[in-house]
Amino acid sequence: MNVPFGFDASLAVLTLAVAGYAIAVRESFAAVIAFISYGLLLALVWVRLSAVDVALTEGAIGGGVTGALLISAAAKVGNGVADVSRPLGRVGKFFIAFLCAVITIGIAVAFLSLPESAPTLAPLAAEHLPSTGLGNPVTAVLLSYRAIDTLLESVVLVFAVVGVWTFASDHHWGGAPESPGRDRPEEPLVFLGQILPPLGILIGVHLVWTGATEPGGAFQGGTILAAAWILTMVAGLTKPPSIGGRWLRFALVGGPALFLGIGVAGFVIAKAFLAYPEGYAKAFILVIEAGVTVSIAVALGLLALGPPGRRLP
Amino acid sequence: MTLLTDAFTIVCVSGGLFFFLAGAVGLVRFPDTLARLHALTKADNLGLGLIVLGLLPQSDGVLSATKLLLVWAVAQLGGATLSQMVARVAKDKTSKS
Repeated sequence: MNVPFGFDASLAVLTLAVAGYAIAVRESFAAVIAFISYGLLLALVWVRLSAVDVALTEGAIGGGVTGALLISAAAKVGNGVADVSRPLGRVGKFFIAFLCAVITIGIAVAFLSLPESAPTLAPLAAEHLPSTGLGNPVTAVLLSYRAIDTLLESVVLVFAVVGVWTFASDHHWGGAPESPGRDRPEEPLVFLGQILPPLGILIGVHLVWTGATEPGGAFQGGTILAAAWILTMVAGLTKPPSIGGRWLRFALVGGPALFLGIGVAGFVIAKAFLAYPEGYAKAFILVIEAGVTVSIAVALGLLALGPPGRRLP
Repeated sequence: MTLLTDAFTIVCVSGGLFFFLAGAVGLVRFPDTLARLHALTKADNLGLGLIVLGLLPQSDGVLSATKLLLVWAVAQLGGATLSQMVARVAKDKTSKS
């Protein structure tokens, strides 16, 4: 047994064990912590599969942002065992187990019946990489070959924020979400909130910029920017913005709007929707990524803040 | 020269792993929150520090070496802040009961 195999095997067992614990544990807070650990382990799995782009996204979004959202949700619901007023009967449990088994067997059959050399578009993607001016094939897929998917993803985030805002009561509409931190944050947290965000901004921008040639991109970078923003609010250094603010809304929809605008302009300048003119692909992609990054950061921050809960004075 | 740096790496990373192991054992075995925090900070501080120190000669340039050091520094900062906050909550709880 060589070392990489031993490592991979332990990683696989540990990931499954943590996933099982996250489902089995009754206490909501413990389940959330297990889920975050599971996300970080999954990021390691992606690294071992040489999919560093996916690993970054999993670590930032699956473990980080989702973890933060779940923690605040668990804090609001209360750290107890879920209140099940009407427990599922035997038929209901059997039905759920049946559906889960069907899905598991279906995935297993699909996986096992894959041909020896799985069908892949990777050579095609690598072949056309020079025409995009990029060095990272993942970014080329996301922003050139399959740009429509990424456009829709960035729009979905805006809808998610609108969905969260619809939970605001009428007299809070236009106000600001409640501050995520305590009224008097601990001094170490304030210190961290002062010292870490500059570094977070640097790393976030670096991840977006380097995404053209190496693993990284708008989602990963935007998540780190959002985390820096949330940290300053938790530390009480900045106040949550009022959701009616013009600049806030502009930043939220700016990225997708820019993306869509350049896509429509593609009809004129490159003869197709979401096509880039010959030789300028990289420049257009960088502009889109910059805009989308800001929107992703603002959207994730607003999702973490939740619906507006207090009126501005 | 390679032999020497490799030996340095092996010694340092093994030392780091020892502190991680000791930290994990302490986390499971120690009686109360503050003692468990104490065990964790050793893993964060010395464990990660020694691993980063051991990997420095293996990095392929100043830039990646700086990144390694940055990882350690950020983990320090986060770990120290978190231990402070957890310790304060633990103290509040014990003084209440």
